[in-house]
Amino acid sequence: MSATLSAPVPAARARMTLRLALLGIVLVLALLPVLNRLPVESALYVSDFTVSVTGKWITYAILALAIDLAWGYAGILSLGHGAFFALGGYAIGMHLMRLIGPRGVYGHPTLPDFMVFLGYERLPWYWHGFEHFPFALLMAMAVPGLLALVVGFLAFRSRITGVYFSILTQAMTYALMLAFFRNDMGFGGNNGFTDFKELLGMPLNTPDARAVLFYASLATLAGSFWLCAHVTRSKLGRVLIAIRDSESRVRFLGYNVTAHKLFVFVLSAVLAGLAGALYVPQVGIINPSEFSPGNSIEAVIWVAVGGRGTLLGALLGAFSVNALKTWLTTEAPELWLFALGGLFIAVTLLLPRGLIGLLRKDEG
Amino acid sequence: MSATDPALADRPPEAPPREARSPVLYLDGVSVVFDGFRALNNLSLIVEQGELRAVIGPNGAGKTTMMDVITGKTRPTGGEVRFRDHDLTRLDEAAIANLGIGRKFQKPTVFDALTVFQNLELALKAPRGPWACLRWALSGEARRRIEATLEEIGLAARAGDRAAILSHGQRQWLEIGMLLMQDPELLLVDEPVAGMTDQETEHTADLLRRIAGQRSVVVVEHDLEFVRALGRKVTVLHEGSVLSEGSIDHVQNDPRVIEVYLGR
Repeated sequence: MSATLSAPVPAARARMTLRLALLGIVLVLALLPVLNRLPVESALYVSDFTVSVTGKWITYAILALAIDLAWGYAGILSLGHGAFFALGGYAIGMHLMRLIGPRGVYGHPTLPDFMVFLGYERLPWYWHGFEHFPFALLMAMAVPGLLALVVGFLAFRSRITGVYFSILTQAMTYALMLAFFRNDMGFGGNNGFTDFKELLGMPLNTPDARAVLFYASLATLAGSFWLCAHVTRSKLGRVLIAIRDSESRVRFLGYNVTAHKLFVFVLSAVLAGLAGALYVPQVGIINPSEFSPGNSIEAVIWVAVGGRGTLLGALLGAFSVNALKTWLTTEAPELWLFALGGLFIAVTLLLPRGLIGLLRKDEG
Repeated sequence: MSATDPALADRPPEAPPREARSPVLYLDGVSVVFDGFRALNNLSLIVEQGELRAVIGPNGAGKTTMMDVITGKTRPTGGEVRFRDHDLTRLDEAAIANLGIGRKFQKPTVFDALTVFQNLELALKAPRGPWACLRWALSGEARRRIEATLEEIGLAARAGDRAAILSHGQRQWLEIGMLLMQDPELLLVDEPVAGMTDQETEHTADLLRRIAGQRSVVVVEHDLEFVRALGRKVTVLHEGSVLSEGSIDHVQNDPRVIEVYLGR
């Protein structure tokens, strides 16, 4: 199985191709908000819908990178990364709720509408600090990171691996979904947060805001890619590959496998949280359905389709599967789940290295 | 089975084992019981510093379980396992490996997705935390050590190849090379020549004899010709305890050994 995955050190030519492909993707994406400003009748005009949907896909691509780092390199198949994504989204959602201030339906100076409706007298303690953007952004990374640290520590220390770990992470995201559905959690119950007004002094739902969020997402994607590439090309990356292929052998070499797995799992959760934080202002809503186990599985399928164990594959998978989803859910919504399942089976049987395997046939 | 290959038998004995050294490895009265089955039964074994020791025995004699106990994979049900001043029964695999005990498994487990060079680099004695690995840069000294080991195991020409494409014998040597990179005081080598050609077997015996001296080596092996080629002290295990110990000629003529092992 390991032999079918990518070589850790691609040939110089392949590395060049990769860089060019990446640069090309970033440049094409960066043009979209510019083309959005053209007059509608222009041949190159890009619609608001295209910009916002692409911005959403970019955050998905960051999530895919995070999953690939843990799964493709270290062999940690988390089926709960949607939870880290959603927690990041909730953290920034709390900030956006605080910014609504007295503009809510009930006009309460500090309490969000749902709290007034549920009869809250004061802001719960854990809502303090979220009026500051840097704090909210920090929490969008720290909360998923801490959760990954605790869950990962307990699981890896007890040597829970493979499918057992996957089931555990499914249970984690499912438990969080049920918890967030409860009104007394103080996160808006099944309605979650929506009706956001502004972010960093910038009214949302304007072309300017869309462009800013789009570029922020793109810059984060590029930064995450650079970070993941740095990790995977370091000796740490080779230790992770070794853990993926033979965990006990790495232990006999004197490596603390638990520490290495924890490091990459926490890093991956932080990236997923960041992706969620960029996602929520763009889609304008966060609710507990983001924790649903299916979301996490779908994100893993992006990576499988694109090609796990290669960072470019994760990007390719996130964009292509979501493009297919957007098209199919408009044309024939009832077919989407069948298509997704079929795609996963087809990729597993026919393309174990994913789409990227098609492009890199020449390499070992 | 006891027929000797003249090429191996005529070889003059290597430097005699230096006696009166402090023991490196000390097993006393070690027992391991799995579901009522005694895999090890009151096993005692002492390995001196710099010694090359062969351990033989029929299937189920407890050879692999003994390795598992020393490396922390299996906890003994009773008895004492010491490496210099350390009680090995209290440590986990990584801690034991870092004390200076390296193990080569029966089935070679090199990392197929990595190159030969990267396999050795991973095994090289260096800080092993995630952060240290992230910031690791190959120094000239480290490169020289890896290159010296590549020469020693005869894989210098294959440094850039992925381990997946090595032959069986080459994988075994790479694994021995990985042990050497850890700079261990004690090497445990499980069936190094299983499936090797005669030439590869001889090369492996040479390699292990060179390694012993500065380090202690315990070799578990079925192949008696190979054990003879090593030309050192032999311990015969049977049903989890030591049946006989001494030179290969001594144990091959021991009636108890002939009865349970060689005579079949």
